[in-house]
Amino acid sequence: MLSVEKLFVSYKAIKALQDVSFNVEQGEIVALIGANGAGKTTILNTVSGIVPAISGKIAFKGEDITGIQPHEIVKRGISQVPEGRRVFANMSVLENLEMGAYIRNDKKAVAEEIDEVFQRFPRLFERKKQLAKTLSGGEQQMLAMGRALMSRPALLLLDEPSMGLAPMLVQQIFDIIQEINASGTTIMLVEQNANMALSIANRAYVLETGEVVLSGDAKELAANPEVRKAYLGE
Amino acid sequence: MNAQGTHMFFQQLINGIALGSTYALIALGYTMVYGIITLINFAHGEIFMAGAFVGLLLVATFKMNIFAAMVVSMLVCMVLGVLIELIAYRRLRKSSRLSALISAIGVSIFLATLAQMIFGANARSFPDDAFPVRQIHIGDADISTLQLLIIGVSALLMVALEYIVQRTKLGKAMRATSEDYNTAALMGINVNMIISFTFAIGSALAAAGGVLVGVLFNAVSFNMGLMAGLKAFAAAVLGGIGSIPGAMLGGLLLGVTEVMGVAAGYSSYRDAIAFFILVLVLLIRPTGLLGRKIQKKV
Ligand SMILES: Nc1ncnc2c1ncn2[C@@H]1O[C@H](COP(=O)(O)OP(=O)(O)OP(=O)(O)O)[C@@H](O)[C@H]1O
Ligand SMILES: [Mg+2]
Repeated sequence: MLSVEKLFVSYKAIKALQDVSFNVEQGEIVALIGANGAGKTTILNTVSGIVPAISGKIAFKGEDITGIQPHEIVKRGISQVPEGRRVFANMSVLENLEMGAYIRNDKKAVAEEIDEVFQRFPRLFERKKQLAKTLSGGEQQMLAMGRALMSRPALLLLDEPSMGLAPMLVQQIFDIIQEINASGTTIMLVEQNANMALSIANRAYVLETGEVVLSGDAKELAANPEVRKAYLGE
Repeated sequence: MNAQGTHMFFQQLINGIALGSTYALIALGYTMVYGIITLINFAHGEIFMAGAFVGLLLVATFKMNIFAAMVVSMLVCMVLGVLIELIAYRRLRKSSRLSALISAIGVSIFLATLAQMIFGANARSFPDDAFPVRQIHIGDADISTLQLLIIGVSALLMVALEYIVQRTKLGKAMRATSEDYNTAALMGINVNMIISFTFAIGSALAAAGGVLVGVLFNAVSFNMGLMAGLKAFAAAVLGGIGSIPGAMLGGLLLGVTEVMGVAAGYSSYRDAIAFFILVLVLLIRPTGLLGRKIQKKV
């Protein structure tokens, strides 16, 4: 579904990604793990078109999407929940969801979609008129996820959804990720919480200073002594 | 205050609100553009000037009705504003704000000089019958039909703006883009289009202000954008740059204070009053009256 080949990205003088290749198949949950500054966010932002690639190729559903404008990429079916949630703080919960549905014009279908999001996240329904900045961290994460689902993406990119959340809430968010996947959305999940990520993913890639150093079946990686030592705190 | 004093006060209040409405119309463009790309659009005063000239031309040469002329002038300036962003600012969006600011000053000088070449250095005036001016008595005070026109049109435009920004899809996308440019793009919002839209709206409001001011002072000149632009910018900062209600409030406040100041006998300080208030407010409240703490955009 998504295939990335030989991707190079840099920010001015800083080389952020070097020769990164990976792919995500329809229906999968693919995890991307790595330490701070490894380049995980850069990968997602390059796929979303926010950060330009120096060289390499990104293809989605068989079409080349390298260098395409971010809003066009959303229209093709890729949606991102950015790192740090980035809800629109001074807009209401409802308005945030409407922004997620920006590319859709069918008002009735959008209203139904909003209802679905509220069913999935009842806490958002209770707070639909509130400004997003008044939500707790967990609620903001739910809003960011609900917002990203509003465009009905085929592929959902999640950047550290567990960041800064209490363990119970992390479990809840991961359950919801699995539900979203079960209802047909392919997922690419970036996490520092490698344990949790590997427990729900089908496959995973391990990133170190801008390069893919390991990849494979998530269960096998979770059992790999090197991975356990570096990312699972053993 | 005796009866005479109250009468004077209301009279000056009306005069001040009329003048302040025009400041507010121009200030909105500064604040909206700043809100979305953190640029002080120095050429905004010249868009106001261009609006006044287009209105004058249509009324004087083509005998157009003042309202129709205002609408056409707004449309022309929309195009002008969008073109300025496209040509002079878009490519500088990722460079330092200073480069964009210098480019804006360049556009400003270019437009003022162009207007001087085309229309000459002398101020021109609207034909006498452009708008029938009569005095209406409301209680103790007199309000002219012209002031009524200015206050009415400004109020209407501001209500329309508030509706667009709060209720429509484009307006919401505008707010989203001004909060977080990259995340707005991740929603599928074409941010370039939204930025053009913002310039179009701001320029249309300035054009309406230009026509109204042209009729009010019965003078249209190539350099009218400079002082009006500076004062409106002061109004925008006073209200809190980036805040739409702030620009409205700042404009009105500035207009009323200026008129009151002149009435109190400080007419030689007319243009200084605006900047004096600006300095005062910024010393006490650096973010302006309704301004939010400026968030750093990444
Ligand atoms: N906007 C930027 N400008 C300059 N350098 C950047 C920028 N964004 C990221 N970098 C650099 O690129 C490298 C990769 O950063 P990236 O944010 O992709 O890492 P990450 O794996 O997401 O880290 P974290 O787990 O902390 O979120 C880092 O060295 C970082 O300092
Ligand atoms: Mg990151």
